[in-house]
Amino acid sequence: MSGHSVDDIKKSVKIYIGVFATLAVLTVVTVAASYLNLSNGEAFFLAMIIASVKGTLVAGYFMHLFSERTTILAVLGLTFFFLITLLFLPYITFIDHAVI
Amino acid sequence: MEIPYNVEERPDTGMYNAKLGIWLFLASEVMLFGGLFSAYVFLRMGDITGTFATGSSELNVPMATFNTLVLISSSVTMIMSWVSLKLGENKKFKTYLGSTILLAGVFLVVKYFEYSAKFHHGIYPDTSTFFSIYFTLTGLHMVHILGGMVVLFYFLVPGSKMMKTEPERFTNRIETVGLYWHFVDLVWIFLFPILYLL
Repeated sequence: MSGHSVDDIKKSVKIYIGVFATLAVLTVVTVAASYLNLSNGEAFFLAMIIASVKGTLVAGYFMHLFSERTTILAVLGLTFFFLITLLFLPYITFIDHAVI
Repeated sequence: MEIPYNVEERPDTGMYNAKLGIWLFLASEVMLFGGLFSAYVFLRMGDITGTFATGSSELNVPMATFNTLVLISSSVTMIMSWVSLKLGENKKFKTYLGSTILLAGVFLVVKYFEYSAKFHHGIYPDTSTFFSIYFTLTGLHMVHILGGMVVLFYFLVPGSKMMKTEPERFTNRIETVGLYWHFVDLVWIFLFPILYLL
């Protein structure tokens, strides 16, 4: 991103404002969705989808990941793999329960 | 001795050194918060007494929603401060960076009221597994906000001399601190629903 021209940067200001508006709307949607009569699993799934969309917007536009170098994307890809592994580790505790 | 590649791109990585440095640091931060998110999942799965549902209902959703909007706004002012430097608008840069610090301060003040209300009602980290993970996650996040504020203040006042002597290097510094700031925002985007809404 550091190599972008002045024109590119001026154009991206409109995108930043659009992303801000979308994030604000999605925050309200997240809160509204929590009042829906959903099961725990459904509510968790919906909240995570909305949070992931918001996270992608922040990482993609504010952190410039959509136009970032492959080196950084590779580092983050590896990190993401270990993050997902870490998040699913607790589910291993259910493996022995399934046998019973 | 001059530090190499703090403005020009390093041929093998295709970027200036600080940028790779901050991304490697952020990768380690992802794993730090990831470990705590994993602990949250583990504790929630083992919560047979329903402390997570009751604990979550005792939190102040309107305050947290307001804080989410504050943090999102601070991300915008942060990126606009970098844009201002890129466009050579140094006065605007100071306004935007100052606004970012102010918004971070608002976030902490709201959090102070939230914590105070909990303590006033006798709710502490040892009250339940929910509140232990709540105080750990939000506390660590607040430490990150505080750390960010210190760095932002440095660039607003004493560190801003570089804006005139080495403008490109200074712009890169703001880009790297901005990446950190957006990461702090990103963490809150996930903390908000799992702690307050689920």
